[in-house]
Amino acid sequence: MRRAVIIFTAVLGFLLTSLGLGATSALADGESLQGTLVNGSQPVAGVVIKVSDESGGPIGQVTSGADGKWSVPVKSAGTYKVDLDTTTLPQGVTLTNNRPSLTLTVFEGAARNVLFPLGAAAGTGEKKPQVAGTSTFDRVSGLVYTGIHLGLIIALAALGLSLIFGTMGLTNFAHGELVTFGALGCFLLNVTIGLPLVVSAILAVVLGGAVGWFQDKIFWGWLRNRRTGLIGMMIISIGVALVFRYLYLYLFSGDTRQYAEYVAQPGIDLGPIAVAPKNLVMDVVAIVVLILVSLALTMTRLGKATRAVSTNPSLAAASGISVDAIIRLVWTIGGALAALSGVMLGLFQGVNYQMGFQILLLVFAAVTLGGLGTAFGALVGSLVIGLATQLSTLWIPTELKNVGALVVLIVIILFRPQGILGRRERIG
Amino acid sequence: MNWDIIFGVSLESLFNTTMIAYALAAIGLNVHFGYTGLLNFGQSAFLGVAAYGLAMTVATFGAPFWLGIVIGLAGAVVLALLLGIPTLRLRADYLAIVTIAAAEIVRLLFRSVSLSEWTGGSDGLQSFSDDFYKLNPYSSPLKIGIVDFDPRELWVMTIGWALIGISLLIVFLAMRSPWGRVIKAIREDEDAVRSLGKNVVSYKMQSLILGGVLGSLGGFIFALSRAAVQPDTYGTEFTFYMYTIVILGGAARVFGPVVGSMIFWFLLAFINAVLPAAITQGYIPTWLMTPTQAGAVGYILVGAGLVLLLIYRPQGIFGDRKEVMLDGR
Repeated sequence: MRRAVIIFTAVLGFLLTSLGLGATSALADGESLQGTLVNGSQPVAGVVIKVSDESGGPIGQVTSGADGKWSVPVKSAGTYKVDLDTTTLPQGVTLTNNRPSLTLTVFEGAARNVLFPLGAAAGTGEKKPQVAGTSTFDRVSGLVYTGIHLGLIIALAALGLSLIFGTMGLTNFAHGELVTFGALGCFLLNVTIGLPLVVSAILAVVLGGAVGWFQDKIFWGWLRNRRTGLIGMMIISIGVALVFRYLYLYLFSGDTRQYAEYVAQPGIDLGPIAVAPKNLVMDVVAIVVLILVSLALTMTRLGKATRAVSTNPSLAAASGISVDAIIRLVWTIGGALAALSGVMLGLFQGVNYQMGFQILLLVFAAVTLGGLGTAFGALVGSLVIGLATQLSTLWIPTELKNVGALVVLIVIILFRPQGILGRRERIG
Repeated sequence: MNWDIIFGVSLESLFNTTMIAYALAAIGLNVHFGYTGLLNFGQSAFLGVAAYGLAMTVATFGAPFWLGIVIGLAGAVVLALLLGIPTLRLRADYLAIVTIAAAEIVRLLFRSVSLSEWTGGSDGLQSFSDDFYKLNPYSSPLKIGIVDFDPRELWVMTIGWALIGISLLIVFLAMRSPWGRVIKAIREDEDAVRSLGKNVVSYKMQSLILGGVLGSLGGFIFALSRAAVQPDTYGTEFTFYMYTIVILGGAARVFGPVVGSMIFWFLLAFINAVLPAAITQGYIPTWLMTPTQAGAVGYILVGAGLVLLLIYRPQGIFGDRKEVMLDGR
C-alpha cells in the first residue's frame, strides 16, 4: 500500500512540474461581448465586427487582433446584435454556418462569448476545420494528430475503467461522471476561485482520486460486502451516474463553459500540422502518466497484486493479497486518471455537465475493443477509437464521427469478441 | 399552492399517454431483461426506429398511415436482427455495451444534418398523425373531478390501453407456453439449456424480436401523442427510465411493467409539479433551488430510487427475488 501511495504521489508530482507553463489570463470585467476568431487553430486578424443594440443603434466596432481576439464592452445587460463583416475576412476563409449576424443576450456582469465558426472556403460545415487551403495530406495528418490526442484522453479514462472491471468485475456506467468531476472541479478552482489553471488541474486530479477512494470506501466496498450481484451493481452504477450527472446540472447549469486560460491558443507549425502548445503539453502529460501507470502495473509488487486480483480474486486472496485494499487503490487511481482525462477534455471541447457521459460510450468502445479488463488492451483500444473517430470524418460528416467509432466497435466484436488483446475465453 | 392542479396532474399520469408509452416499452424490456436475462440497454432504439419508421413513411414519403405502422414494426424486427447477430453470443456486460452503442448510433443517425432531408435533423418530423386523429370518435373532453383529458389524448389513451391489454396477453400466453419455459431457463442457466439440445441463440433472438416489437408499440404511442418525433427524446435516459420501471414493478412479472410505470410517473409528475409550485410560493428558498433546477431534481431522485431499489428490493413490488437476473459474469 505504501508503495502505491509513493507511486501515486510521484505521478502527481510529475503532473505538477510538467504542467508548469506561464499563464495568460484575459478575463473581462463588466458586461461585454467578446470572442476569438480562429480558423482551424490559426487566429484570424483584421476582421471587422460591429455591435449594435436591439433598436439598431451602434454601440461599437472593433477589429480582431493578431491573436484573433476581439471584445466590445457594453453598458448594461440586454440583447445585442453582433455583425461580422464578411468582406473583411481573409482570402479563402468563410463563415461555415453562413450566419454573419447574431442576436445575443448579455447577462448581468458577464462577458458573453460570441462564436463565429470560420473555416476554409470550400469547407462543408466541419466542426474543427483544419488550416485553410489544406491538401489531403495536411488534412489527414491533422486528423491523425487530433485522433491521437482524443485517443489519449480516452485512454486515461479507459485505463481506470478497465482496471475496475478487471479487479471487481463491475462495468461502471458512472465512470463518465468521474471524468466530468475532473473538468468541473478544475473549472470551479480555475474560474470561480481564480487559481491558475495548472494548479487547479492538479488539485482536480487529487480530488478525483479522493472521490474514487471515497466512493469505494462508502459505497462499492459496502456493496461488495453485501455480495450484490455483478449485474445488479452494473444497474446500480447507472443510477449512480444519473444522480451525479443531474447533481452537476443542478449545481453547474446546462451551459458549456471554458476555463479562464489557454482557451484559444494560437497554434505552432509542426511540419504538416499546426498544434496549440497546450495540446502538446497535455499529450506529453498523458503519455507519461500512462507509461508510469503501465510500468507500475508490470514492475511493482502492487501492480503484480493488481493483476493477480484481475486474473483470479479468490486465488489472490488465498495467497495473501488484500483484495479489498487493491480494489480501493484501483478506484483511487481510476478516479484520478478519469479526472485528468476530464481536465484535458475540458480544455479540448469546453466544460459541460454531460461531457463525461458523452465520452463514456467511446471509453466503453475502447475498453471493449481492447478486451474488457486488460489494461494494455484499453490503451490500444483507445488509440484505435480516437483515430477511428477523427479519420472517419474523411468519409462521413463530422457530426457522425462517433457513429464511425461505435460501428468499428460492433464490427470488431463480430469478428473478435474478446477484443484485440483479450484472452480467448468463453464470453458467450 | 394549488393542490388541485398538482394532484390532478399526478393522477392523470396514472393513465396518460406518456405512462402508456413507457409501460409498453417496459413490457418489451421485461421480455428481454426479466424473462430472458438479456441486458438490452438499447430499448430506446426500438421505440425510435418504430416512431421514425411511421413518421418518415407518412411525413417524408407521403405514404398512407397504415403503411407507416407496418414499416415501423418491420424496422423494429430488422433492428432486433441487426442488434442480435453480433451480440447475442456475448456475455451480459458486452451485450449491454454494444446495445447502448447501437442505440446511440440510431439516435445520432436520426439527428444527423446530412440525413435531415428525410429525418428532419434535430428538429424531427411533424404532421404524420392527421390520419390517426381523423378516426377520433371522441368530440368532448373528459372531466372527472380534478382529472382532465382532451379528446385527442383520450383517443391515444384508448388505443394505448388496448395495446397494453394485447401485449400483456401475448406476454402471459408466451411465458406460459413451452417457448416461455425455455426462455426462462436460458435466464437461469444457458449452458443447461444448450445441453438439452436447444438453440439458445435462436431463442434469444426470438425474445429480442418479441420484446422489440412490443416496445415499438410504445414508440408509436409516444410519437402519436406528441404528433411529432424528435431524435433526442430517444436517448439512453429513456432506456434507463424503462429499467427503473421494470425493476420497480417487478421483473419477470406480467403486470410488473404497467404497475411500475403507473407508480413511476405518478411520483415523477407529482415531484415535477410540486417543486416549481413550492418555489414560486416561497416554501423553497431560491438560493436552494430555482425552477430550472427543479427539473434536475426529478432525475436525481430517479437515479437514487434505482440505486435504493436494487440494493434493498431488487425484486420490486411484485417480483420474486430468485427470478431477477442480477448475478453472473
